[in-house]
Amino acid sequence: MSSTRTQRITLAKGLNMGLRKAMEDDPKVLIMGEDVGKLGGVFRITDGLQKDFGEDRVIDSPLAESGIVGTAVGLALRGYRPVVEIQFDGFVYPAYDQIVAQVAKMHYRSQGRSPMPMVIRIPFGGGIGAVEHHSESPEAQFAHTPGLKVVACSNPVDGYWMIQQAIASDDPVIFLEPKRQYHADKADLDDSMAPDPLFSSRVVRRGSDATLLAYGPTVKTAMKAAEAAATEGRSLEVIDLRTLSPLDMGPVFDSVRRTGRAIITHEAHVNLGVGAEVAARVQEECFYSLESPVLRVCGFDIPYPASRIEEDFLPDLDRVLDAVDRSLEF
Amino acid sequence: MPDFGPDLAEVFGPAAADGGPDLVQLLTPEGERVHHPEFDRDFSAEELRGFYRDMVLTRRIDTEATALQRHGELGIWAQLLGQEAAQIGAGRALRPQDYVFPTYREHGVAWCRGVDPLHLLGLFRGVDHGSWDPKDHNFGLYTIVIGAQALHATGYAMGIQRDGAVGTGDHDRDAAVIAHFGDGASSQGDVNEAFIFAASYNAPVVFFCQNNQWAISEPIERQSRIPLFQRALGFGFPGVRVDGNDVLATYAVTQAALQRAREGSGPTLVEAYTYRMGAHTTTDDPTRYRLSDDVERWKLKDPIARVKVYLTRNGLADDDFFASIQAEADDLGHRLREGCKALPDPKPLSMFNHVYAEETDELRQQREGYAAYLETFEGAR
Ligand SMILES: Cc1ncc(C[n+]2csc(CCOP(=O)(O)OP(=O)(O)O)c2C)c(N)n1
Repeated sequence: MSSTRTQRITLAKGLNMGLRKAMEDDPKVLIMGEDVGKLGGVFRITDGLQKDFGEDRVIDSPLAESGIVGTAVGLALRGYRPVVEIQFDGFVYPAYDQIVAQVAKMHYRSQGRSPMPMVIRIPFGGGIGAVEHHSESPEAQFAHTPGLKVVACSNPVDGYWMIQQAIASDDPVIFLEPKRQYHADKADLDDSMAPDPLFSSRVVRRGSDATLLAYGPTVKTAMKAAEAAATEGRSLEVIDLRTLSPLDMGPVFDSVRRTGRAIITHEAHVNLGVGAEVAARVQEECFYSLESPVLRVCGFDIPYPASRIEEDFLPDLDRVLDAVDRSLEF
Repeated sequence: MPDFGPDLAEVFGPAAADGGPDLVQLLTPEGERVHHPEFDRDFSAEELRGFYRDMVLTRRIDTEATALQRHGELGIWAQLLGQEAAQIGAGRALRPQDYVFPTYREHGVAWCRGVDPLHLLGLFRGVDHGSWDPKDHNFGLYTIVIGAQALHATGYAMGIQRDGAVGTGDHDRDAAVIAHFGDGASSQGDVNEAFIFAASYNAPVVFFCQNNQWAISEPIERQSRIPLFQRALGFGFPGVRVDGNDVLATYAVTQAALQRAREGSGPTLVEAYTYRMGAHTTTDDPTRYRLSDDVERWKLKDPIARVKVYLTRNGLADDDFFASIQAEADDLGHRLREGCKALPDPKPLSMFNHVYAEETDELRQQREGYAAYLETFEGAR
């Protein structure tokens, strides 16, 4: 019955459809950013939306990120639900002050009187052969800030649902999109199926020997690692964290209690990254189940390097499998 | 209603399409020499031929790089097509002791500062983030975060002030700084803060804005409701709009602005009125957002053609000259094609270098760990 509603879509398409749906459902939803109008964004995520919803709802902004987020605060105070597009991860910093000092604190300091139902979409991560500032993973900077919620989608179907759920949330959400995946793999979307809650992690592959934790672009890496490991008789469980703040640790604890081993992988720098928090919580909760230390396979603690050697910076299949070996041999 | 002054919307419309009445021009698109009450200046035949050569070679760098990107040799390229006069005019107005803060599109200025174009190709190929030594050329690294360099330029100019290298009257000592940025960048807080700081300290800096009418897909009207040069007055320093496709006018105006700065009279905003003839970068598709009519209209204002007409018509250059420049461009093109493909890829472990002036033990351990890991692949990879 539902098969007639199934579509094969990319992540870019899923996000585009999700944004469209959110705009149809709620006239207060606005899109703001650089080149989001006629061009449809440099990644075409907002393609066609200005044509259909008009320039008042899909707003090409002057080239100033602090201005975009700062005016989105005002629009939110006026009852709108702004969805801000930051063109690339490395360009969010001019807006950093508005995000961490204003957006994040508004609900708290107004004693709940001024909610900030804002979504800040950030294409993040590397692997696209770009020049500086176009391949970064700034999630820890936001996950460290109370008042912000931070999520990362990893696949087309999640893109479709999660963006709608983030827009519906009354809290400000930093919404991370793995740009390397935008036009990569397709998946079947059946929009009659109810989605998982936004702030939940999900087991995406069952296994029993070790638990791989990933989000955004590294979910694919982890899945490939699990497939490769399976050919060597190793059974890896993979969890897509999906939400980074708050973390949804329940499924992680359940998994680690069964496997006794955990490896987390993200592109962001290892030092004080999401992996550090996850490792701390796993050892607090699963101490007696652990057979080996929680390992991290992450970006090194260096500025994102020149693209010709970015694959050495990024966690890949081999580095994940190497960590799996170390964990199992511990 | 009290009267709040002129209706600002009037400054747009047909009058602004050609740069408006305030546009400083010394050479028309038809190659006719015109005069200007303030910025007029004599140019020797040698200077004019030099401008021509610089612009032709700069365009060649641009077309070669664009082709290299199409062939997969560069990750991306930011084209300067149409902006050669703005960049050569500004670049040639500099003295050696002046200092340049470029964007990512300043290939013509880099050329004037003696930066080997292969360095530029290396950056866009993804071999490094910029391999020239800024001190060797007084030409900073390309800055991709829009507008950030305007503040750096202002701070550098404040340093020049503190070094007593302003207003001494010594031709070889007095120095100025030039900050390049685009019309889109003029909206950034950093650029506006740079204006404030420069005005407040009377810093020896020239803000050189190439208004190429577009910030990716956004037209200039999205950034400003008055001609950009007029903004300067609100910050407390003069602004000038110059025909950015006229290398003579751009040279004359920039030189005057730099001289003002060197003499200690403070900042100037130069708006070089030009047009981005190509795509924003090689990954952009301008047919999605602009009309080809516009591009066709600006083709008639080509910065190189008008100089060629002037040189020819006035007998200042002959066929041999043009042929020799053509040959030089071909040589340059050949050198860039070969040189680009020969640029060595960085060694993986080099990514750990230069993070700090004093490297930390933590980082050293990461490098060693990764080196040991790579060794496990020896022979296998
Ligand atoms: C802070 C920041 N935001 C966004 C970008 C992405 N971006 C690169 S170039 C560009 C447009 C710049 O337009 P303009 O300043 O007019 O210069 P032009 O590229 O036309 O020379 C944008 C939005 C960036 N590099 N930095």
